[in-house]
Amino acid sequence: MKDTADPNAGRKAWMSLLAKAPEGRVAALLEAMGPRPAHGWLRAPEIGSTMVRGRAGGTGAPFNLGEMTVTRCALRLEGGAVGHAYIQGRRKADAEAAALVDALMQTDAAAEVQAGVLDVLEAEASARRATRAAKAAATKVDFFTMVRGDD
Amino acid sequence: MYVAVKGGERAIENAHAWLAEERRGDPAVAELSVAQIREQLSLAVNRVMAEGSLYDPDLAALAIKQARGDLIEAIFLIRAYRTTLPRFGASNPVDTAAMACDRRISATFKDLPGGQVLGPTFDYTHRLLDFKLAADGDVPAAPTRETDAAPVPHVTDFLNREGLIEDAPADDTPPPDLTREPLETPADRALRLQALTRADEGFTLSMAYSTQRGYARNHAFVGELRIGAVPVEMEIPELGFAVEIGEITLTECETVNQFKGSKTEPPQFTRGYGLVFGQTERKAISMALVDRALRWEELGEDFEGAPAQDAEFVLYHADNIQATGFLEHIKLPHYVDFQSELELVRKLRREATAAQVQEAAE
Repeated sequence: MKDTADPNAGRKAWMSLLAKAPEGRVAALLEAMGPRPAHGWLRAPEIGSTMVRGRAGGTGAPFNLGEMTVTRCALRLEGGAVGHAYIQGRRKADAEAAALVDALMQTDAAAEVQAGVLDVLEAEASARRATRAAKAAATKVDFFTMVRGDD
Repeated sequence: MYVAVKGGERAIENAHAWLAEERRGDPAVAELSVAQIREQLSLAVNRVMAEGSLYDPDLAALAIKQARGDLIEAIFLIRAYRTTLPRFGASNPVDTAAMACDRRISATFKDLPGGQVLGPTFDYTHRLLDFKLAADGDVPAAPTRETDAAPVPHVTDFLNREGLIEDAPADDTPPPDLTREPLETPADRALRLQALTRADEGFTLSMAYSTQRGYARNHAFVGELRIGAVPVEMEIPELGFAVEIGEITLTECETVNQFKGSKTEPPQFTRGYGLVFGQTERKAISMALVDRALRWEELGEDFEGAPAQDAEFVLYHADNIQATGFLEHIKLPHYVDFQSELELVRKLRREATAAQVQEAAE
């Protein structure tokens, strides 16, 4: 049996949202919440790649599909909370903002950051998904059978 | 013998300056931005990402601009850039069954769960030039329709339930990586798929077409073609768990091919697989056909001498950067090589003439 209550589920969810946010969005939402907390780098923002894998036949043995660009960083707030970011693309400022949010989510500011940043990102992401899905749905074929012959 | 090996610097500098000017074109015409290329030439961007083997639409768009639209040159630029990046790790295999599909069609089943979704396709257009695009104009918003949140399972799942198609059981063997170890044959399927997904589209298309025309018997149906976004998840060593680090668009094609059975396997359908970065449908279908042709040995079929069955031939000629590198190098200065050839030909001619003179004298 798999443990269904993943203790890291919350953090996975917010890191995923932060990684997929459009360029500059996390920083803008963070800015709106007031001055940034002081922090020191554990790993300054760095651009690299991740090898993306697929599976033969969708379900079989893995193979290397190609790389994607990724930016990562790690920082520590004055209070000691450590924030990490691994985000798609070459976006050092976005990685810093994402790591700050990750760190703040482990502090007393969590509720405020959840409402001011993560909930907004989630709403925007689901609106984008819904718009695309609705356009796809409009191109779904509705087959109907023609009645042919006389009897 | 004197061979000039210096003196080209000024000519090269001036050639590059002129290249920059020609790239810009008529300055009276507005300059193209990288964002415009990314948004409006997205299928070119997708091809450069797929064959450059690096998913980054902005970089691919920049490469296309720098290469003046020469996509192989752009792919070359991306491959070169890629080698400068430190690699943070490998993702968990993407789950294409959970794809948010823009397009999903099957040529084998009309009514299937999730339906036939055409998406933004060129199919069923009349292929007539649209002169409206030559004038500026706003595009009306695409129609929308209410969605049902029903899952969109893989078509091969249905056939699997009846045991009519070969299974692709999960397996976690770490795959070989041709960007780390040189490609060598015999190549297992994982290595072949890596080579094919970044292979030249034209080459892959021609190889696939040759199988349809009878060079290697495998009559393929497109069991399913899907295009859409999938999240990419990676284990983060510092954290000790996996998180989604982004989302990429992929095209996946599963072909269904007849198989008469062998000593150990009953007659059933077999599969070819294509998975490519971006919206790259022609490439993904081609990849699936070539993948299937290359599987003759593991399926116990005969080698018919068809080029598409010959892994060494296909894999060693599929990479357009290797090919163009070797092809184009012959236009670079070979003065010394050629001088020696010239000397040799002159010598042979002297000998031949001398021999003729002697024969005539005898």
